[in-house]
Amino acid sequence: MASAHNGMRLTLKIWRQPSPQAAGRLQTYEMRDVSPDVSFLEMLDQLNEQLIAQGEEPVAFDHDCREGICGMCGVMINGQAHGPQNQTTTCQLHMRSFHDGDVILIEPFRADAFPVIKDLVVNRSAFDRIIQSGGFVSVNTGSAPEGNAIPVPRHMQEKAMDAAACIGCGACVASCKNASAMLFTSAKVSQMAYLPQGKAERSQRVLSMVAKMDEEGFGACTNTGECEAACPAGIQLSNIAVMNREYMRALLTSHE
Amino acid sequence: MSTVASEPAILDGKCPTGPMAERWEQRKRDLKLVAPNNRRKYTVIVVGTGLAGGSAAASLAELGYNVLSFCVQDSPRRAHSIAAQGGINAAKNYQNDGDSVWRLFYDTVKGGDFRSRESNVYRLADLSRNIIDQCVSQGVPFAREYGGTLANRSFGGAQVSRTFYCKGQTGQQLLLGAYQAQMRQVAAGKVKMFSRREMLDLVVINGVARGIVTRDLVTGAMETYAADAVVLCTGGYGNVYYLSTNAKNCNVTAAWRCHKKGALFANPCYTQIHPTCIPVSGDHQSKLTLMSESLRNDGRVWVPKTQGETRPASQIPDDQRDYYLERRYPSFGNLAPRDISSRAAKERCDAGYGVGMGGMSVYLDFADAIRRDGEATIRAKYGNLFEMYEQITGENPYQVPMRIYPAVHYTMGGLWVDYNLQSNLPGLYVLGEANFSDHGANRLGASALMQGLADGYFVIPYTIADHLATSKHEKVTTDHPAFKEALIESRNITERLLNTKGRRSVDSFHRALGKIMWDKVGMARTAEGLQQAISQIRELRDEFWRDVKVLGSGDNFNQMLEHAGRVADFMEFAELLAIDALERDESCGGHFREEHQTPDGECQRDDENYCHVSAWEFQGVGNQPVMHKEPLSFEEVHLATRSYK
Repeated sequence: MASAHNGMRLTLKIWRQPSPQAAGRLQTYEMRDVSPDVSFLEMLDQLNEQLIAQGEEPVAFDHDCREGICGMCGVMINGQAHGPQNQTTTCQLHMRSFHDGDVILIEPFRADAFPVIKDLVVNRSAFDRIIQSGGFVSVNTGSAPEGNAIPVPRHMQEKAMDAAACIGCGACVASCKNASAMLFTSAKVSQMAYLPQGKAERSQRVLSMVAKMDEEGFGACTNTGECEAACPAGIQLSNIAVMNREYMRALLTSHE
Repeated sequence: MSTVASEPAILDGKCPTGPMAERWEQRKRDLKLVAPNNRRKYTVIVVGTGLAGGSAAASLAELGYNVLSFCVQDSPRRAHSIAAQGGINAAKNYQNDGDSVWRLFYDTVKGGDFRSRESNVYRLADLSRNIIDQCVSQGVPFAREYGGTLANRSFGGAQVSRTFYCKGQTGQQLLLGAYQAQMRQVAAGKVKMFSRREMLDLVVINGVARGIVTRDLVTGAMETYAADAVVLCTGGYGNVYYLSTNAKNCNVTAAWRCHKKGALFANPCYTQIHPTCIPVSGDHQSKLTLMSESLRNDGRVWVPKTQGETRPASQIPDDQRDYYLERRYPSFGNLAPRDISSRAAKERCDAGYGVGMGGMSVYLDFADAIRRDGEATIRAKYGNLFEMYEQITGENPYQVPMRIYPAVHYTMGGLWVDYNLQSNLPGLYVLGEANFSDHGANRLGASALMQGLADGYFVIPYTIADHLATSKHEKVTTDHPAFKEALIESRNITERLLNTKGRRSVDSFHRALGKIMWDKVGMARTAEGLQQAISQIRELRDEFWRDVKVLGSGDNFNQMLEHAGRVADFMEFAELLAIDALERDESCGGHFREEHQTPDGECQRDDENYCHVSAWEFQGVGNQPVMHKEPLSFEEVHLATRSYK
C-alpha cells in the first residue's frame, strides 16, 4: 500500500474554458505525491484543493455517483474517452494505471452536439431529447397487466439487459471521428426491439429516434468501432446492426 | 425567517382506521378527485428525479397535471437511485413459498425495529405487486426463468424469495424506466424539465407551500416557480458524514430549507450503516463503495488475534485468527444482521485488531469457499463484485482476502409526512428517502426501490388530487411578495458565502464535519459523545462562516459555491441529528446508544418511553428545536424484541 511519501509526480495538461462563449486553452499543472490508490477524480480533487489554496479557480468537471453507474463523469484522457482502462468510467479509473513522471492530457468530451459549458463540463441534453423522441414504451401508470402475463424468453431478456446497461455518458460520441450517437441510440432501440413490450411502437420508435439524432447534429456511423472500444458499459457494436435492420424494416413496412 | 403556527404537541398521522388490509382502499374512497378536464389548470412542482421523483412526475403528467420537474444533475437519468444494486421486493409469491402482502408487511415492521407506522408499511407491501407489473410493461429487463417468467432471488433476512432484479443493476433499470416515462411526458408537453437546477428555498404563503426558489447551476440565475403543490423527492442526508456510499451531489439542502420554513423533520438519528463496504484507503478518499451483502453468504469475516499484526493474511495460521462474528453469534455467524455486523467490526478495529491502512478494516475471506466449491463457482456467483473490488483496491480477492469496513449508505429519517405523504405544511408532499415514513429505525434490503416507486407511481397521484380539489387557495404568481422575499434570502446566503473570503476550503470543512459525525454520531453513540458532538458542530459552523473560502462569482457555473451552500446546510442539520440521537435515550435499529444494550450487545429498546416518532420543529439556528410526538401503535405486529439467535 502506498503512502503519501512515495506518491507519483505528474504533469497535467487540462482544458480550461471559463464559459461556453469564451475561447479555451490547455493549461499545465504540476502535481506531486499522487497516491496510486486514489481514483482519477480524487486526483483532480487534490489538484483543485491545491488551486484553491493558491486562490485559483478549481477545474470544473461533472461527477456524481463515483461508482461507474450514473454516467455523469467522463473526460478525454490522453485522447481516450474515460482513459486507458477497458470498460471503466473516469471515476473508477485509479492512478495505479499511470506512472511516475507521466504527462496526462485531459480534455472535455468534444462534439458539436455536446457544447462545452465550462472546462471539462459539457452539455449532453441532446441525449435526453433522443430518448424523448421515442425511447420508451407508451404505458401509463396503472394500466399494466400482471407481470407474468408477458413472458420474455430468457435469452431475449439477457440481450435486452445487455443493451439497457448503457449509462448515457457520451463516451461513444466523444470517441467517434464523426461524433455519431449511433451506439447510444441503438442501445435503446435494441433493448425495446428484443422485448415484446416494445413491439407495438417498434417502427415509429426507430424512425423518430434516428431523425432526432440527425437533427441534434450527431454524425453518421462509418463502422469504425471506436465507440464500442470506449464504452465503459460494454455496449456492443451489434446494436447498431440491429438498429439499421429495424430502420430498414420500418421504412419498408411502416404505414404511418 | 417565517414562523408557522405551532402544532399541537401530539402529531396525528391521519391514518385510516379499520382493518389493516382495507385502509388504503378506504382512504382512496374518501379522497376527493380532480376531473380530467380540470387537471390542466393545476401545476405541480416535483423536485428530484430519482425513483420517487421520476415516477411521480411521469404519473402526474399522465393524469393531465402540468408538472415542473427539477434536478441538480445534467440529466434526470443520473439520480442516485441508479446505483442500487441488489433488487426490489414484491409480495408476488411467484415462488409459491408462502409469501404474502402480510408477510412482507410483517418483515418490514419487524426489520424497522418497531419504529415505523403500520398503516404506511401495509400499503407499501400491498403496492409492491403493482410496481412489478408497471415496470415490466415499461420494458424493464428483469431477470427471467427459462420459461420466460420472472425470476426471484433471496435477500437479507427474509425467509421467502421475493426480490426481483436486473443483474446487479436493478436501480439503474428501474430508474431508466421512470426516466423514460417522464421523457415521454416531456415530449407530450406535460412535463417541463429543468436540469442543473438546485432548489434553494420553499415559498410558503398563508401556511401553504406555493413554490420554490432555484439556482440555475449553469448561469447562476436565481429563479422562482409558483405552483399549486410542491412534491419533494430529494433523497437522504447520508453525506452529512462526508464519506458515505451516496453520490457526491446528494445533499439535505432542499429538505432542510423546507424545515426552516416550518416542515417538521422526523427521526433524523435513524441512519443505516452497511457492513460490507470497501474501506477508506487514504486521506484523499472522496466516497465509499458498497459491496453487496450477499458476499457474506460465502465469505468469512475475521481479524488477527494479535493487536497490531503486521503479517499478511496468508501467513497468519487459522488458530491465530478471530472469526469474531462466528464466535459472538454462533447461530447466525457471518450472516448476522447489518447493524450487529457493523458494530462488531468497529469494536474489533477500535480495540486495535483491525487490518489494512490505519487498522480500519477487517478481512472478508473467500479462501475456504474457493477450496470447498472451486474458484469457478465463486466467480460465477460474485465475479462482477470481485472485479469491482480489484479495480478500486488493486488487490485480487481470489488470492488475498477482501478488506471491508462499514459505511453510511441510507437514512431512514426525513421530513415528517402523514399517511397521504403530506408534510405538516399543506401542499408540501415528501416522497421516497426524503420522508421518514416506512422503514422505522432500520431499512431492509431491497425495500428502498420499492418505497420510492410506490410513493411516486401509486400514492401521490391519489393523495395530491385531494389537496388540489379541497384547498380553496387563490392562484398565485411569482410576483407575490413571498417569492421576492424568498429570492432575496437565497441571494443573501450566496453572497455571504462568496464574501466570507476566508482561508479554508469548503471540502476541508465538509471532511471535518464528517469526522465529528462519524466518530460521535456514527455506529455507536453515547450521551457524552453526543453532547461533545453538538458543541463541536457549533464551533465548526461558526468557523465555517468566519473562514470559508469560496472563489469565483455567483453568476456562472461555480461548483465550489454549490458545495458551500450544501455544506452550510449540513452544518445546521448535523446538530439536529445529534440532538435527536441524544434525546432518544434507547437503542433501536440503526440508532445504537451504548448505554442501552443487552449483555450480548444487542439493541435494547424502551417501548414505554420511546415508541413514537420524534418530529422536530425549527426554532432558529443554534436554538433547541421543539419536539412533536407521533405515538406509534402496533395492532397487527405485536411489539417484541428482535431476535437473531
